[in-house]
Amino acid sequence: MSLIELRSIVKRFGRQLVLNHLELSVEEGECLVILGASGSGKSVILKHIVGLLEPDEGQVWFDGQRVDQLGERAWVPVRTQFGFLFQMGALFDSMSVEENVAFPMVEHSRFSPSEIDTRVGRWLGLVGLPEVRQKMPGELSGGQRKRVALARAIALEPRVILYDEPTTGLDPIRADVINELIIKLQRELKVTSIVVTHDMASAFKVATRLVMLSEGKLIFNGSAQEIQHTTNPIVRRFVLGEADEEELASIKSL
Amino acid sequence: MPLGIAEQVGFRATLTLAELGNFFVFAGNTFRWLLATLFRPKTIRLLLPQAFEVGVKSVPVVAITGAFIGMVMAVETVTQFKAIGQENRMGVLINLSVVKQIGPVMAAVMLAGRVGGALTAELGTMNVTEQLDALRVMGSDPIAYLVVPRFVACLLLTPILTMYSDIMGVIGGWFIAVFFEGIASQPYWAYSAMGVGWWQLLEGLVNSFFFGAVIGLVSCYKGFHSGSGAQGVGRACTESFVASFLVIIVLNFIFAQVSQSMYYKIYGITGLF
Repeated sequence: MSLIELRSIVKRFGRQLVLNHLELSVEEGECLVILGASGSGKSVILKHIVGLLEPDEGQVWFDGQRVDQLGERAWVPVRTQFGFLFQMGALFDSMSVEENVAFPMVEHSRFSPSEIDTRVGRWLGLVGLPEVRQKMPGELSGGQRKRVALARAIALEPRVILYDEPTTGLDPIRADVINELIIKLQRELKVTSIVVTHDMASAFKVATRLVMLSEGKLIFNGSAQEIQHTTNPIVRRFVLGEADEEELASIKSL
Repeated sequence: MPLGIAEQVGFRATLTLAELGNFFVFAGNTFRWLLATLFRPKTIRLLLPQAFEVGVKSVPVVAITGAFIGMVMAVETVTQFKAIGQENRMGVLINLSVVKQIGPVMAAVMLAGRVGGALTAELGTMNVTEQLDALRVMGSDPIAYLVVPRFVACLLLTPILTMYSDIMGVIGGWFIAVFFEGIASQPYWAYSAMGVGWWQLLEGLVNSFFFGAVIGLVSCYKGFHSGSGAQGVGRACTESFVASFLVIIVLNFIFAQVSQSMYYKIYGITGLF
């Protein structure tokens, strides 16, 4: 059985059908990249995996346990096995960097304060930011915020790390730092990673497998090499970054 | 066309009922977490900064409001009392109004604006920047972590701030009566003490306890359910103040009715003078 399974997931927001009987499996140790246009429902998949959203239909399984029907308290031991890197970092504004990184350990571990302090230093060192621990999130650049958020996400040494558009809004060099970090964590912590992105350079660099979401379903599932040779026109256009005739017509008519 | 209007009315009514239902679920969860976590050291640790925000930082605004209410009451009533030669007794009316009604209500309204607005803005911003989701993903319940300490701070400190407002109102009224209107201090206090007893004092304080609960719950609920972006948070702040204000006014009326009928049943009808 796969580590994570989404079985026939249906999700609607109002009248909009976002996920349409979606089937997805994630194997332990892989780095799965979920591609798709903006608003296609990629982040919605991640939020179903950690129970931030409940499916209208279908089931979510983690490590042989059905989790979509769990209550908030039953979710706690499951969620501590996940690290989640939010698109904008979602660092707590009222806490310093070291308090942010220490937060999951203070809440869910039995580490002593000095042990937590040592680990905060270790995680910040791993993301290359040992010098910012006393700063407030508002004093950090976009790239630094994401790296601190990543340090917080890995603080409890999770089995799975979910990345929601980790390189969005970063310049190419900062984006590459994040890509290298994803690979480094994959290698050093032996985690399973799921990366939601529409950044193809990032996808090719980090993925062991790619899937593409369109109109609520997966329209591609394969390796980086396979996606470059796909004949599916929607996937091809996405990989090459080309708009179709209809999309171009809409700007010509202006 | 009539069907269209009926549809609109039905749609609005459904939305309102759904919102009300969500609010009561939110309030129920808050009480559940309150009972489960109240005496844990962590809750106390989270409560102290909130108590500082809600309590200490509100002292100046509540003090000024309370003092000026008492002063205005004195200015407005002194002429009438002088006209009937009963100016020594005007403290009864001022102090009774301050401790029973205007003091608690005005303190609560000020807190709904200052504290409620700040709570909604803070939690609303956390909501739109996914900080609430981040808490949940890290296995912490946002209601236990964020709402319970803020709710308890509002619950405990609104009556204390109301007491402070009452004292300032009483002093404000006395100050105008004695120093500007030439009324003798001793009879002013003596008559005031005859008209304002424990019942009147406690009525205002019990009301303020419920007003504090309303401010805490409504402002946190609105923050948790704010729309996206700056506009969504701004709208949530406005809705939070308006809803708190309306509930406070309505509750105050209901409490006044209940208190009056209880008082008359116990003590019978007693004159102020």
